[in-house]
Amino acid sequence: MNLTPVWAVFLGSIFTNNILFASFLGMCSFLVCSNRISTAIGLGSAVTFVMFFTTIINFLIYRYILVPLGLDFVSFIIFIAVIAAFVQFLEMFVERFSPELYYALGIFLPLITVNCAILGASLFMVIRNYDFGQTVFYGLGAGLGWFLAIALMAGLRERMGYSNVPVALRRTGIIMLMAGVIAMTFMGFTGMLSTQ
Amino acid sequence: MISAALAIAVTTGIFIALSVLLLIAERYLVNYGSCTISLNSGSTLFDQPGGTTLLAALYDHKVYVPSACGGKGSCGFCKVAVLSGGGPLLPTELPFVSRAEQRSGVRLACQVKVKQDIAIQVPEALLAVKEFRARVAGIRQLTYDIKEINLELIEPERISHHPGQYIQLQAPDPDGGFIHRAYSISSPVYEDTKVQLVVRLVPGGIASAYVHLLAEGDEVIFTGPYGEFRVSDDPEREIVLVGGGCGMAPLKNIVYTAESRWPGRRLKLFFGARSTRDIFYLDSYKELMADHPNLQVVYALSDPLAPEEQWDGQTGFIHISVDKYLDAGSKRQAFLCGPPPMIDAVMRILKDKGMREEDIFYDKF
Repeated sequence: MNLTPVWAVFLGSIFTNNILFASFLGMCSFLVCSNRISTAIGLGSAVTFVMFFTTIINFLIYRYILVPLGLDFVSFIIFIAVIAAFVQFLEMFVERFSPELYYALGIFLPLITVNCAILGASLFMVIRNYDFGQTVFYGLGAGLGWFLAIALMAGLRERMGYSNVPVALRRTGIIMLMAGVIAMTFMGFTGMLSTQ
Repeated sequence: MISAALAIAVTTGIFIALSVLLLIAERYLVNYGSCTISLNSGSTLFDQPGGTTLLAALYDHKVYVPSACGGKGSCGFCKVAVLSGGGPLLPTELPFVSRAEQRSGVRLACQVKVKQDIAIQVPEALLAVKEFRARVAGIRQLTYDIKEINLELIEPERISHHPGQYIQLQAPDPDGGFIHRAYSISSPVYEDTKVQLVVRLVPGGIASAYVHLLAEGDEVIFTGPYGEFRVSDDPEREIVLVGGGCGMAPLKNIVYTAESRWPGRRLKLFFGARSTRDIFYLDSYKELMADHPNLQVVYALSDPLAPEEQWDGQTGFIHISVDKYLDAGSKRQAFLCGPPPMIDAVMRILKDKGMREEDIFYDKF
């Protein structure tokens, strides 16, 4: 049993163990969709939404179906299926209610299916032996942490438009450097909370 | 063994449960029910099951909005004014819709999905556009890559158009369905039972390959006529035509139509080609020039002559010939059809000669 209090799990998943800057999960869409704040907020909320619900559903399936039946060896395939179904649902939802966001995200909306941060959250929830309350806050926290990361990056990149970046570092180069620097600043939170 | 069976049963059970949930979501999220499309402030109303694009819905009800890319949002032809129910402007439309157009609600019909009752405004001329069925009556190879296709109308039997207008030919898409491509009508307007096209074989082009494989007797489907070219009715105004390649098509139509309607009207045709093997229609223009002293036809070759080539006409890019043969003046109209660099160069010359921008019509391709 993991005894970390839920508020520590929540804050820890946002800051000290930010899923993007500490574990480097979900980098691909983070790099591509962070050119504008509006797109970043759209993708960030979609990822948070998917992460929050899939960790809860996966927790329930894992704890109450797979573990009692001794079937935890099929957990990956089940987790992936739940995530895929959820993203499919999300795609229909976004297309219906926000066509602008639907076109802005383009291929990266269905690609949330294989966003490793989302499967990562479900797996950390299993490895760290969270109970239901912790899982709820962990899923929400990890999603918000990813949201925070991509929003920060998008804010910086919009500002970067006014900066004189050395030619050799334009586009990808400077983005990688920025991601590294932000990751280092997040290291400053290390030790403030333990999520294990 | 039991655990394997159990694993399969549980996995399948969860998959089925997920699929059922998605089916339910699909039923409530993707199905929009029946929507009403109101055309030109309610002069035409029709019902359409929701979920399709506006372009497809209009086609279903025989309103033939032009579209060259077949609904991919890459040509920007299918502009209609959406007055209500169109939803927000999408990023895919931004490159094609100017700020002024945005304010009056102009959208690309292929990008607007019918999700609710929708009110749109289209030009009245567009409602005159019909779908035609025609038979290939003759094919002529004009150059190594340009063919002249003569179509005889079957249904409807007659077409009424302005010189310089174009049709949208339907061609089968290898990926299934149909695509539509725009081709100018090169036959004069008085031949109203025929439509002639001049089509260059574009490397990798789906529609031009289809056209070049047509044989006599084949049936084709097209919609039309479309286009903003309008030749002035004032016979005192000179007509200047400049073209390259298969940009000849609309110009040939204008030449023959103008010569029959206003014999003696001043008309200059400039045609730019690379080498002698790109030249076509020159002989028929020479015949026409013999009867019409006010018609002047200038062909120019831009490539240096090969040793075996015979050529007594102009050389150099076509805008040089335009500059040479056109005196300054503004009492004229110009129609330009050809590649963008050629049109830009000719535009500069025409403006230097004193022409106003609204008297210059052009089609870049």
